[in-house]
Amino acid sequence: MDKSLNWRETIITAIVKTCGYSAIVFVILIFFFLLREGAPALVEVKLSDLLAARWYPIENHFGILPLLTGSLIVTVGAMLIAIPFGIGTAVFLSEIAPRWMREILKPLVELLGGLPSVVLGFLGILVLSPFLRVFLDLPTGLTALAGALLLGGIAVPTTVSIAEDALDAVPQSYREGALALGATKWQTIWRVTLPAARSGVLTALMLGIGRTIGETMAVMMVTGNAPVLAVKLTSIFSPVRTMTATIAAEMGEVANGSTHYHVLFFIGLVLFLISLAVNITASSVVFKSKKRAERVLS
Amino acid sequence: MKSARLILLVSLLFLTACGGGSGQPSSPTQASAYIQNKGSDTMVNLALAWAERYQAEHSDVSLSVTGGGSGTGIAALVNGTVDIANASRAMKSEEKQQAEANGITPVEFTVARDAIAVIVNPENPVRQLTLQQISDIYSGKFNNWSEVGGDDRPIVRLSRETNSGTHVYFLETVLRLGDKTNPTLFSTDTLLLPSSEGIINEVRQNPNAIGYDGLGYVPPDLMNSVIAVARDASGPYVIPSIATVNDNSYPVARDLYMYTAGEPAGAIKDYINWILSPEAQAIVADLRFVPIK
Repeated sequence: MDKSLNWRETIITAIVKTCGYSAIVFVILIFFFLLREGAPALVEVKLSDLLAARWYPIENHFGILPLLTGSLIVTVGAMLIAIPFGIGTAVFLSEIAPRWMREILKPLVELLGGLPSVVLGFLGILVLSPFLRVFLDLPTGLTALAGALLLGGIAVPTTVSIAEDALDAVPQSYREGALALGATKWQTIWRVTLPAARSGVLTALMLGIGRTIGETMAVMMVTGNAPVLAVKLTSIFSPVRTMTATIAAEMGEVANGSTHYHVLFFIGLVLFLISLAVNITASSVVFKSKKRAERVLS
Repeated sequence: MKSARLILLVSLLFLTACGGGSGQPSSPTQASAYIQNKGSDTMVNLALAWAERYQAEHSDVSLSVTGGGSGTGIAALVNGTVDIANASRAMKSEEKQQAEANGITPVEFTVARDAIAVIVNPENPVRQLTLQQISDIYSGKFNNWSEVGGDDRPIVRLSRETNSGTHVYFLETVLRLGDKTNPTLFSTDTLLLPSSEGIINEVRQNPNAIGYDGLGYVPPDLMNSVIAVARDASGPYVIPSIATVNDNSYPVARDLYMYTAGEPAGAIKDYINWILSPEAQAIVADLRFVPIK
């Protein structure tokens, strides 16, 4: 083989390899950094204090439970909005809407995804939360619900864009086959197209969840940031404080190396582990479904 | 190949080592002075007004002023990244220890005074409260406005975030009534809003809300719903103003501080001296803070 071609080949392979491995390396580095800064919290604060229900760091109350429940309730609420709306919109765009409409709508939805969350936060403070207070007769509109609605709105464009791509990639012959067997349009979508695009749609949902649980600015502006233990169903109508908002609001204040600093990194570690768990669950589901498909085909 | 990698690694290490040193504050003895000033959000407008006037008069000095909260400013001073920290509360002993551990001796200057105004929505008929009543509202003992003579409405408590000096001052002076042994804390459902704007905005549109902020930050449309505060039920209920802060009749007033890393010298010393001069103190009154005498 030509020597220079061989050389080029080696370099290109090396570059591509570096790119691939760097993602893994960065994640591992970030994980160890979080571990190094966050783990001392476990030594400095008793585990029972970390799992207490009071977060008031300037008086050494480091209970992260209210923050954990706050993040969970906002994320779950947001996903309850983003999943049906996201998949519904994706199905409409890919399966039902005429081509010209899809060509207008999809870029618009993606544009929505590019809106800075601070801007959405302003909308939340000035429009959404006063509306919720009056409409639902709540003491204040700065609640988990306001956060969930905003975050749902933030997650929808991501979900739609990726789910639509996945649906679009399903071969036309699948739909034609289903229709030829006498299935209605709805049956085709629900029983054939969506299951065929399952792994892509699931990825879309995971990225949506990722965007939701990591979102900070909009949440900090509209959820009221009260560290209340949100364990009841009605907690959705009360103010909550999320983990991300806590880190954002307090990181600037702490002295390097103090207990508070370590606990904030510990919260970061918890966030990291949660998104890791979500991703592992998702990919294992995708993997399993693929295996079954292979079994059927063989 | 191997030696090339080694060189890369060494140069990377070298770069990182250099990066660590660049965070130090500019030495005050430098010829063209650059002063970094950071901290209290309460004081940020005041500090900006001072900096603008001072730079107009001293073209050789450049000042950068940023907010973030008293805790943020003090942390920056402790970490050695600013020259002057603004704080609306005195430094805590732990913060002083941390500074000493980093080889920094903070020096305190009282540069102005400030009244904390307690505000409610104009629709709320309550216009006067005692310190004890405000304490009971914020600690969660009172949950309905009817308990302090208002309408039958839930109370929504608004506060600044915990990194705000105003928050700490309010906790110590109002919630704990100045008693250091008093363990009262803010009720957990107190909304901790990240900015003064957030508090003003919520009080403006929510008739259930009660909030507090520096008097200089209360907008004109809410000046009529500022609460008159009494030390106890018998005492006079006093509206915050420059006059009532100066004669000590308004109970929720505090000193505003600037901290320097060590005894100030050079440009920083000149700047602090100018701030304490009558010319700079006139700006204080313009911004509805209270000048020091």
